[in-house]
Amino acid sequence: MTQQREPKTPVTLDEHIVEIVSDSGEGAQKAGQTFGNLSAKMGNGVWTVEIIPAEIQPPARSPGGASGNRIRVGSTYMTNAGNEADLVVAFNEQVLYSRIASYAYKQGTVILLENKWKTDQSFEICQQYQSAVAEFREHGLVVIEVPMEVECLKIVSNARKGKNMFVVGMLCHIYRRDLQKAFDEVQLTFGHKGEKVVKPNQDLLKAGYAFAAEHIDLHYEIPSWKTPKERDAEQWVVMNGNQSLGLGIMASGMELVSMYPITPATSASHYLADVFVKTGGFVHQAEDEIAAIGFALGASYAGRTACTITSGPGIALKTEFIGLSVMGEIPLVLVDVQRGGPSTGLPTKVEQGDLLALMYGEPGDAPKIIIAPATIEECFHFVIMARKLAETFRGPVVMLTDANLATGVQPFRRPKLQPEWFAPPIDQSAWDSKIPPYDWDEQTGLSSRPLPGQPDGEYVLTGLAHTFESKVVYDRDSNQKGCEMRSKKLATLRNTLQAPTLNGADSGDLLVVGWGSTLGAIEEAVGKMQKQGHQVSSLHLRFLSPMEPDLKAIFARFKKVMTVEINYSDRLDMPFIENDNRRYAQLATLLRGQTLVDIDCWSNVYGQPMQPGMIYEQLLAKIEKIEEVV
Amino acid sequence: MFALKADWSQEIKKRYFTLDDYTGGEARWCPGCGDHAVLTVVQRICRDKQILPEKTVAVSGIGCSSRLPHYMGTYGFHGTHGRALTIACGIRSRRPDLDVWVATGDGDCFSIGAGHWIHAIRYNMNMVVLIFDNNVYGLTKKQMSPTSPLGFKNNTAPRGTILQPLNPLTVTLGITNVSFVAQTIDWNPAHLYATLQAAHNHRGTSFVRILQRCPVYSDEVFSDIQNDPSKILFLNHKNGIHIGDNVKRLFPTQREHDPSNMSEAYDIARNHVPVGLLYHAPQTPCYEDFSSVGRHMGIEDKMKGLNDALDQFAV
Repeated sequence: MTQQREPKTPVTLDEHIVEIVSDSGEGAQKAGQTFGNLSAKMGNGVWTVEIIPAEIQPPARSPGGASGNRIRVGSTYMTNAGNEADLVVAFNEQVLYSRIASYAYKQGTVILLENKWKTDQSFEICQQYQSAVAEFREHGLVVIEVPMEVECLKIVSNARKGKNMFVVGMLCHIYRRDLQKAFDEVQLTFGHKGEKVVKPNQDLLKAGYAFAAEHIDLHYEIPSWKTPKERDAEQWVVMNGNQSLGLGIMASGMELVSMYPITPATSASHYLADVFVKTGGFVHQAEDEIAAIGFALGASYAGRTACTITSGPGIALKTEFIGLSVMGEIPLVLVDVQRGGPSTGLPTKVEQGDLLALMYGEPGDAPKIIIAPATIEECFHFVIMARKLAETFRGPVVMLTDANLATGVQPFRRPKLQPEWFAPPIDQSAWDSKIPPYDWDEQTGLSSRPLPGQPDGEYVLTGLAHTFESKVVYDRDSNQKGCEMRSKKLATLRNTLQAPTLNGADSGDLLVVGWGSTLGAIEEAVGKMQKQGHQVSSLHLRFLSPMEPDLKAIFARFKKVMTVEINYSDRLDMPFIENDNRRYAQLATLLRGQTLVDIDCWSNVYGQPMQPGMIYEQLLAKIEKIEEVV
Repeated sequence: MFALKADWSQEIKKRYFTLDDYTGGEARWCPGCGDHAVLTVVQRICRDKQILPEKTVAVSGIGCSSRLPHYMGTYGFHGTHGRALTIACGIRSRRPDLDVWVATGDGDCFSIGAGHWIHAIRYNMNMVVLIFDNNVYGLTKKQMSPTSPLGFKNNTAPRGTILQPLNPLTVTLGITNVSFVAQTIDWNPAHLYATLQAAHNHRGTSFVRILQRCPVYSDEVFSDIQNDPSKILFLNHKNGIHIGDNVKRLFPTQREHDPSNMSEAYDIARNHVPVGLLYHAPQTPCYEDFSSVGRHMGIEDKMKGLNDALDQFAV
């Protein structure tokens, strides 16, 4: 090993976005996770996003096959994935093309590129490599060629396994990570495989570190946002949104997740399948999406509120049962990890496109509660709330997350578990036979339900129109009454909600309204606007059905209100599009109907997490128009 | 270990259930419909075995026969078309203490619910599945079903069906984990009773196909075997369905069939119209033995388990 040079003075940064990309199966994702966790442990704010190809093993060196991780590391708490990458480690040049097409890079982005292709036996590959590097440089990327494979082969015989840890080692030097902490991280990741695996990985990491010290002239300091004392005093956890969801399900006391495999929802069930037994739970993989919700409803009906987790196409299939859950007033927690749609759409990519489908997707009137966590931490807490809401309001509670939350990794304060989060044992005491199964309260529409096993509570749940005694009826008044009672429950819940708090002044020129995973990006963009003196505030909705109160009054205090969403809307500059036929983004559509305020929107279906920089540009354009008028 | 009260036997006696306790709303099926006979038999079995009404759940899909839960005095779940088995399995998954009866028809089970039929047999959860097979869609008014005989004239095939009917017995026998397959007829109450009783005694999914007359839309489909009972093959065995000799003699064609013999069962199902127990594998594992593990775990233990899980993510 070469002698280490005296480290030069590092450049201090507020943040950096690092990407590691490779062909599928080369370990870039593992490297990214390791680097992200390590940075979190060193007290940086971190937001990690997985870069996942739709295929399991796409052909090697194919432009669409990029697999890896993007890690935003900063000296403040990171709330979103940020803008373009600053530094990229790539295992081949071809995977970079799809990233460039995704606008993931900018002028000056540094690429540490594996250079073994330059001397590949295939003339074609050598040529591809040479022309790509030239092209990248021409477009302003700073390419640094690194003989990763050559260096790794000094330590292991198969560089394909282990190159990723060499990469982590390089990053550790570049970003001044604590080498011992990095070794610990390797131990944590590979410990279960034994010393035989841990040792070479640690050696590779060390080699990468030494290589960077010797040959790579990049050296950065991203200060911790916490003092070491704070770091020790507080307990933090770091995980992705689907793991957070899984843990929240355990904390809710739910004991059954009934699911069918679908991306990007399934990793939540993978996680639960591994650990659910610790809280006495079970993951049922049903024969199809319909069976998954039917099975969950059976368990819920029998007294144990269950959860079903799916994504867009699964929602479409579950529609009839969602209607039954509303009609029969069966508690159910339905999690939709949204992806691009319609139809099979963009399976691995983010969209907030299922809101209206879940709001209005069932034939007839099917009022239901819809909530949307905005952070990975909220994925945990909201599902606990969802179980309670489902039981109190006796029906389905839809929780909308998305691929961005599902695959994003973020540290948050470790939840302090409360016994009241967990569902109590199933009530089997005798039911008062004078109380009918739908003893609707005239004011609230609420009623309590008898559970199988409770003597004198026997009733037949039905999806047909029914009376308070659950007797099937076809007359006009009973159907009207039933619909009213089910609808009243939403008004009752709304009556208990607080008005949303604003990020920024409570009046001004522009109010930005968002929901779900875009919170961090919107607030970052709005914060930048505010710093520049613009009268911009933002508001983020967690309850979408019923809507949070006072929205109309809040909107009235701003000259202009707009939503920012990841779903489709027409742009006004498109042919034939005018204000009265424009198809608005989904939340905007709802808010316009609800408040009669002329709410604008900016949305896209790029399948990518919202970048704060893009939002900023949109807000700037919008505010300039408003300020011009003034 | 189940914390039974010392005087539990007296309490059971105090709570003697009559047929009334298992009776809900008045059955609204057509006069002469075979469903009445099945309902009566189910209620009698509940009464004779003194099954706790509050621990019994009748689950159904959509169709004429799926109205059955409404006529029971127990808990009931009248679900969506074809999905009764998914609901019933969900109920059993965390409540193996509940007695589950499923009412479904040939359209409900073999057509729109065919996927769930196959998988429910494979799960083998403890329940009685009553298939009211009248070879026709009744509630929607005479469309062909998967079991309609070839040439059967109906509203969606007015010149007669063009496909051979599906054989539910051979299909069911072909599914992994199948544990109880029987066929009976609604017009022989003794055999119906004995079959459903055996089904209820079996631990696992008891698949009982009931040839059931629809006097309005498919009155003729069983007239052949009704007029000439010798066309029915009566299955006789010490491990099969037991009825008195006076009823047995109504079936002129009989054969011995050991219900543990799968290949013979398949052969019979393929070539005859059998009544009796075709197949029985009492030791087949039940899914709820796995899915219900942990259902008694207390909150304190759950908190411990969850903290343990959270530790993996600590930084």
